[in-house]
Amino acid sequence: MEFGIFSVSDVTRDPVTGHTPSEAERIDAIVRIAQRADEVGLDVFAIGEHHNPPFFSSAPTTLLGHIAAVTERIVLSTSVTLITTNDPVRIAEEYAMLQHLAKGRVDLMVGRGNTVQVYPWFGQDIRKGLHLALENYNLLHRLWREDVVDWEGESRSGLQGFTSTPRPLDDVPPFVWHGSIRTPEIAEQAAYYGNGFFANNVLAPYGHFDRLVSFYRDRFAHHGHGTREQAIVGLGGHAFIAANSQDADRRFRPYFDAFPMFSGTSLEDYMEATPLSVGSPQLVVAKTMDFRERFGDYQRQLWNIDLLGLPVETALEQVELLGTEVVPVLRREMAAVRRPGVPATPTHASLVKAKYGDAEPRRPRPNPNRGDNVTGTSPYEDSDPAFPARYPRIG
Amino acid sequence: MTDRTPLQPDPERPADAPLTLVVISGGTGNPSSSRLLADRLTEKTTELIRGRGRDVSIRHVELAPIAVDIAQAVVTGFPDERLKAVIRQLAAADGLITVSPVYTAGVSGLFKSFFDILDDDLVVAKPTLPAATAGSARHALVIDGQLRPMLAFLRALTVPTSVFAAPEDWGSSALGERIGRAATELTALMTTGVGAAIAGDAWSGYRHRFGGEAARAERTAADVDFTSALMRLAAGGAPSQRDTGA
Repeated sequence: MEFGIFSVSDVTRDPVTGHTPSEAERIDAIVRIAQRADEVGLDVFAIGEHHNPPFFSSAPTTLLGHIAAVTERIVLSTSVTLITTNDPVRIAEEYAMLQHLAKGRVDLMVGRGNTVQVYPWFGQDIRKGLHLALENYNLLHRLWREDVVDWEGESRSGLQGFTSTPRPLDDVPPFVWHGSIRTPEIAEQAAYYGNGFFANNVLAPYGHFDRLVSFYRDRFAHHGHGTREQAIVGLGGHAFIAANSQDADRRFRPYFDAFPMFSGTSLEDYMEATPLSVGSPQLVVAKTMDFRERFGDYQRQLWNIDLLGLPVETALEQVELLGTEVVPVLRREMAAVRRPGVPATPTHASLVKAKYGDAEPRRPRPNPNRGDNVTGTSPYEDSDPAFPARYPRIG
Repeated sequence: MTDRTPLQPDPERPADAPLTLVVISGGTGNPSSSRLLADRLTEKTTELIRGRGRDVSIRHVELAPIAVDIAQAVVTGFPDERLKAVIRQLAAADGLITVSPVYTAGVSGLFKSFFDILDDDLVVAKPTLPAATAGSARHALVIDGQLRPMLAFLRALTVPTSVFAAPEDWGSSALGERIGRAATELTALMTTGVGAAIAGDAWSGYRHRFGGEAARAERTAADVDFTSALMRLAAGGAPSQRDTGA
């Protein structure tokens, strides 16, 4: 099982000091947070995607490409990559590029995005958001698996004889998670492809995600990928940790009280009703073990630890506590109760192994440029002859 | 999605099973005139339903004591346990009486906020009697101009008669007559099971929330229609040109 952190990339005024970080400060801070997460042995760092203030992360592959260069082993992911307003062709290209640069330490989570204005800003319509998400992912899935794609749909212009470059590292696409908070169609798509399903497990009461995760498990089995228990489930969470729970309460409370969505609710009531984990390492461990009780054995746990305007030093301390006090205990306790047959989180190495066994992975080499910047009807020396390139006829 | 033959009420339920009437009152005074009107409507409806040989149980929902819970749900985006219990009563109701006070030329904010936090499909085709009280007869159109459009959005099955009570109405037998007429209409809708038949036959055509609180909400894979255009698209299929989109 993997443990890590995910950030929304908010730039928020610190309600205690009154300091609002600049975008530059926050971008530097998130790199430090990711580096520290790598140093303390967390498994995953994930960043959100937004296209409006007060968020800074509009270009996740640029950020993650840099983080890949300054970290050693942590897996880089997203929370989420917008599958609605991004062109799936650009997602295929950008994340394949990132995957090469990060030597396979990449997966991604696709989601719809709920900021109404972003859709028209990118020429889309939020009322078609679900359709876009489903159709775009169907295309993305093919772009990473077929050297040459002919495609026609509603969400973008058609493609004839298109090859997304670079091909995924080792010809093994990044593992994909589908994130959703209420939509069975998204869970169905995750189940259909045998991809992961991620419930963010924040800002909603206990019970909110249970049925959707259960639905995904049922459908994962229905589509023949394994048993319900073998479905690939990820959960989010929001944590604030201190050596003892009184300190955690005292230090976190001003941030909780200042956040508009918590207005009128007490920290105690909110903790009682939701997965929010504020307290000692023991409390966070107990709460996380309870997630397993509710959702079954799962593959990935991500916490948000830098929300609400927390200073970077505090966020780094959170990462440290996760890495030293919380995650080592959880690794032991989760492993001790894990049912046999539950798969590990898919990684690039495990996917390469599953595809090739001990054989050499495919490393595509293009055919020569014919002089018109294309390679003819077969883009790679070893392209599958079942998928010849077909170009649109002109004239 | 359902195989029900048209105009069959819930087959799980005997034709003479007791009915449930939920009465929502948005008044804040004690006693409040909204509650007083709600009580008059409830008494009359109960009498008529029992007169038809059906039993009926009444659940009163006063919004004033749960005003803070409602406000919190508006802000946090989800109802607390106390509010959930009320929502489940609504989901299970065979009929509704809704009474809002009129302040500042409109349905009360508390009353509106309560309806704002409900699932869009919670009261689909539920027989509903819209009523209001006000300090002046000049607000008489608040029901037809504001309350009915809100209930229409929620696809509630409103009775033809709106019951409005200004101070002077409490001295007029005409109020009693209107109460009687509206209660008769509500009784007819509740005892014939027409609402359940509409919800049963047309359910897949309304907008729903998976795992929601509506009595017929989809909760597991067994409830879900996998032949819809979007579900087929989710399972890798190409969309049909006709029925995808919004």
